Amino acid sequence: MAERIYIFKRFERFWHWSQALLIIILMMTGFEVHGSWSVFGFKQAVNIHTIAAWTLVGLWVFAIFWHFTTGEWKQYIPTMEKVDAMMKYYLTGIFTHAPHPFRQTTLRKHNPLQRIAYLFVLVVINPLIWTTGWFYLFYGSWDAWGFGWLDLRWVAFFHVVAAFMMLIFFIAHIYLATAGHTVTSHIKAMITGWEEVED
Amino acid sequence: MFNKIISVAVLSLLALGWQGMVMAVENMAAETTAEQPVAKSTADHSKFKELDKVFKSGPDVTKACLGCHTEAAKQLHKTKHWTWDYINPDTSQQLGKNRVINNFCTAVPSNYKFCTACHIGFGWEDKNFDFTSEANVDCMVCHDTTGKYKKLPGLAGHPNYETLEWPPHSGKFRAPTDLKNIAQNVGPTSRQTCGACHFRGGGGDAVKHGDLDSTLEFPQKYLDVHMDAKGLNFTCSKCHVTESHEVSGSRNQVTAADDKGHLIPGSTEKRNPATCVACHDNNPHGAKHALLNRHTEKLACQTCHIPAYARGMATKMTWDWSTAGKLDEKGQRIQTRGSDGNDIYDSKKGDFTWEKYVIPEYQWFNGEVIWTLPDTQFDPGAVLKINDFKGSPDDGKSRIWPTKVFRGKQAYDKASNTLVVASLADDPKTGFWMNYDMQKAVTAGQAYVGKPYSGELGFVATEMSWPITHMVAPSNDALACDQCHREEGRLAGVTGVYMPATNNTPLLDRLGFLAAFFTLLGVLGHGAIRYFMHKRGK
Repeated sequence: MAERIYIFKRFERFWHWSQALLIIILMMTGFEVHGSWSVFGFKQAVNIHTIAAWTLVGLWVFAIFWHFTTGEWKQYIPTMEKVDAMMKYYLTGIFTHAPHPFRQTTLRKHNPLQRIAYLFVLVVINPLIWTTGWFYLFYGSWDAWGFGWLDLRWVAFFHVVAAFMMLIFFIAHIYLATAGHTVTSHIKAMITGWEEVED
Repeated sequence: MFNKIISVAVLSLLALGWQGMVMAVENMAAETTAEQPVAKSTADHSKFKELDKVFKSGPDVTKACLGCHTEAAKQLHKTKHWTWDYINPDTSQQLGKNRVINNFCTAVPSNYKFCTACHIGFGWEDKNFDFTSEANVDCMVCHDTTGKYKKLPGLAGHPNYETLEWPPHSGKFRAPTDLKNIAQNVGPTSRQTCGACHFRGGGGDAVKHGDLDSTLEFPQKYLDVHMDAKGLNFTCSKCHVTESHEVSGSRNQVTAADDKGHLIPGSTEKRNPATCVACHDNNPHGAKHALLNRHTEKLACQTCHIPAYARGMATKMTWDWSTAGKLDEKGQRIQTRGSDGNDIYDSKKGDFTWEKYVIPEYQWFNGEVIWTLPDTQFDPGAVLKINDFKGSPDDGKSRIWPTKVFRGKQAYDKASNTLVVASLADDPKTGFWMNYDMQKAVTAGQAYVGKPYSGELGFVATEMSWPITHMVAPSNDALACDQCHREEGRLAGVTGVYMPATNNTPLLDRLGFLAAFFTLLGVLGHGAIRYFMHKRGK
């Protein structure tokens, strides 16, 4: 029998899906600006990428505010507890319908691997992509800011490095969304807020 | 009945009144349109008694001009237009038409009578020309407004005063130049007067520059947004602002990068007023296109705004002197025209190629040009740069410029590895165009300038660069982003600048996409196993 608990609040769900949309747009246009493929045309890709980036900045202002005022930032504090159990589950248990080693609660809604993965996104990928993207956006102001020594080719290089990390995260994230109690339980939870958990 | 009479009377009066008003307005309008436009100049030269006489020669006209314009000749004596001699203050190289050897007709000395058809003077027929003569300054060549004044090659800068068969042996005759009519109709310089020489440099229309040719006499907007005859209708001097007859903006000393902003009237700054920035300021693109403003620290405006040169007519691209001098079986000159009507072979000059709508070659350029001077020794095994455009991505004063690179093969002295002067047009005994003997022509040419010649004649491959800066297209025709921002785009050969979308991190891309691919493969494999195990478990 499955029990339902309320995990994702309304703002959190809004944040997740609008961010997902923006990241997809940013990846599509970003890889076009980089020259990896052609969908919108270079000029449109640059315009859309810029607009989407600013929109994401706005979204993040709200998200950061929300995380601090609700204390939800604590969800990303890493733990090594049960990491080995989680690894073992993904490598074997999941195939044999073994019980999930982690039990979600409202206070601990991410399993230990999720915590580590999201923390990596928060402290490695995002700072890298935001810093380089910010400099890229304000290329014309480097001299005025005292960053005249910066070289666009390296700023762009690390922006692309971060983009590849985001792409890889994106692929893994979408797949692991199917690895809940049932194939669709995580996805449903992200839409409705209610997660089915094993009792 | 009474009412009817009243109403008809009132209506009739109203109609009459209306009619009167309409007529009054029409009269006023007619009066306004009948007004003559006010003349721009304060002097009508046709009313001057000094000019109401028969002139025997060009210098006669000049003497009349100088009667009022007392300082004009002295001003012109100081200009390159007069001296054909110029020392570049930055490189200390002695330049000017009378000094350098190019890869078109190569050199002026020993060919003065011919070449000085484009000199602003009369009578420069040999190296003993008197540069202090005021009467020999030609006012008409720049100030004619009739379009009938023509200096012809071979007359040492004079127009024809007698009836003359022109072109030679054509059976067509030019009437004597009506000097009085021209003197009475002088006015400001125009695209036609400047173009008489500058559109026809290198021996004919559109030969030399690629961005200057006779289509600029009455250009349409697409060809030149500023000179558009039905629009802004700029003359050359609108940008090449001239004071004391000193014309600004010269390829002898190019302003490659101008970040000084709008040149405000009244400014005492010593700077070139003929740059784009002098009018358009440093950030000419509006807020909606702010991203474009950032391109100006790497690119010359011309790079995007002149998408191609020779958009009016074809320009000469190559000139091979080494094949010149071939004659037909009767010993006569050969002239061959290509399918587009342009000459592709001439016994007098060699082989040519022409092109229209040419995509420029782009290079870093900081304005410094190092010329191969007559005494410069070079390596004949390499392609010789007649004028080497200096510049680099790192010197802070270079911009990526569009250029026409004119390629040729021309005579040089194999013993001294220097370029040589050839007698071409003036001397019937030695001139190549009369004798078709390059050995004889070079011997005479070098002797004329007092330089040694070993007698070992060779031909060296040469390149000459021309900055492309005229024929600015309307903004809609400027380059689109992806003409450079793509693999093998327009700037593919230009180094030292990071351009998104030009495949500039191939290794990172390979690693990145491989990692993403294996991640995808991994999750799909994992999912497949889950699916099969689930099916089996049922």
